[in-house]
Amino acid sequence: MTAAAHPDAILCALQGVALARSGNQILRDIQLDIHRNEILTIIGPNGAGKSSLLHIIAGLVQPSEGRVTREKRLRVGYVPQKLRIDNSLPMKVSRFLSLSMVDKVTQRQALKHVNAAHLWDRQLHGLSGGELQRVLLARAIARQPQLLLLDEPLQGVDVNGQAELYRLIAQIREELECAIVMVSHDLHLVMAQTDKVICLNQHICCAGQPESVSQHPEYLSLFGRQQAQDIAVYTHHHDHHHNLHGAAVDCGAQCRHD
Amino acid sequence: MIELILPPLFAGLALSSFAGPLGCFMVWRRMAFFGDAIAHGALLGAALGLLLQLQMNVAVMAVACLSALALTLARRYPGLPQDAVLAVISQGSLAFGLLLIGLQHDLRVDLMSLLLGDLLTVTYVDVTLIGGWAVFALTIIALFWRKLLLMIVDPDLARAEGFSVQRLSLMLMLLIACSIAIAIKIVGVLLIAAMMVIPATAARLLCRSPEAMVLIASVLSALSVCLGLTLSYFADAPAGPAIVCAAVCLLFTCAIPSTLRAS
Repeated sequence: MTAAAHPDAILCALQGVALARSGNQILRDIQLDIHRNEILTIIGPNGAGKSSLLHIIAGLVQPSEGRVTREKRLRVGYVPQKLRIDNSLPMKVSRFLSLSMVDKVTQRQALKHVNAAHLWDRQLHGLSGGELQRVLLARAIARQPQLLLLDEPLQGVDVNGQAELYRLIAQIREELECAIVMVSHDLHLVMAQTDKVICLNQHICCAGQPESVSQHPEYLSLFGRQQAQDIAVYTHHHDHHHNLHGAAVDCGAQCRHD
Repeated sequence: MIELILPPLFAGLALSSFAGPLGCFMVWRRMAFFGDAIAHGALLGAALGLLLQLQMNVAVMAVACLSALALTLARRYPGLPQDAVLAVISQGSLAFGLLLIGLQHDLRVDLMSLLLGDLLTVTYVDVTLIGGWAVFALTIIALFWRKLLLMIVDPDLARAEGFSVQRLSLMLMLLIACSIAIAIKIVGVLLIAAMMVIPATAARLLCRSPEAMVLIASVLSALSVCLGLTLSYFADAPAGPAIVCAAVCLLFTCAIPSTLRAS
């Protein structure tokens, strides 16, 4: 049996990965396997190294220690938080999509898929945050990735839009059978279909499965039944906490967070 | 008499063909002052060339390439803005050039011809040289067009798709530096820097796609050459400044439609 045919094949594995930049420790001791068809959500406080971890998985940044192994010829789709495009470069959404080397029909389909067909003729720098996210997502899925990496895809999108985007991402996983790794902006709420949540604060603090929000009456009343189906809550189970310097400290008897 | 103006015209048109696209890249990457940095470096190159008995073209090109390399390497230091690095290269090479010339009392550098060139003394040998470079530069740009565009849209996106952004960026810088160095002898430093940035800026006012912007920049550049040389021929005006003035006038003309739309 080839690795690709195996349903739970490991697409990308990180072993003992650490990252330091100009003397600052950003990540340490990261052990992580990304399986085919799995949705993995990375959560954590600001400055926890979430984006850096995603960059390492994407191959944009080389870790200072440890090893990253990827399946041979792994097609990675990367969706950055935002584009660094300068205003001085005129570019329509359609031209941007055509930079992905797939045919026009696939490009149009991908844009339609993310409910953004109407943006085809618009200029990139005139798009709102939510519109740009959809276009970036369309470009990534047009390339049929085996591993899709999303860096805070919900940034600047309202609650209704968030539920819709979550549904879209779940649908993409179903159709492309790809693994999805995303960075979430929220410490507790994640996408309902998430298979595994990783709480990151320089190292992996805890990992586990989220619980459906619909089991929690408070959340249900907060979001309404429609949205609650798409959002899940992650309860942290830490055996340590971080002091002001960010170092991990074992929890004593007085510590009651979890 | 008209055949006297033909070599400058051909040289100017060949120059326009690659000044358009390269100028657009300079505008997109916010390095419009790269031309001036190379210009000041040319003085250092000329001084070094005389001192080391090198051919001036070779020395100027070597200094230009070193400037491009320095600018690329400076990106590795976070917190150094591109315009500041350009200013350092520009002022540094000017000072070193002047120092070298000052220390060698028997050294004579014709500053005016270096800065302004003399388009009207261009020969068919120069035309062949600049024409050959135009073909080379345009071929490279066409071959790497998609990768270069993606790098300019977002370097991380290009890197995630497996392109070596650092190598692409260095290639682009060297291409621009060599283009400027080659054009210096023929049209002068100030003219080539202006011919890259002014038409590209004017083209931005008119277009909605990168391809159109590159094409229109080249066309505007060629038009400036024709207008400038005509003025120079009939009014006996200096050719270089006449061409730059024509480019600026075209820029103002291009601004009319969007100004009318805004009001």
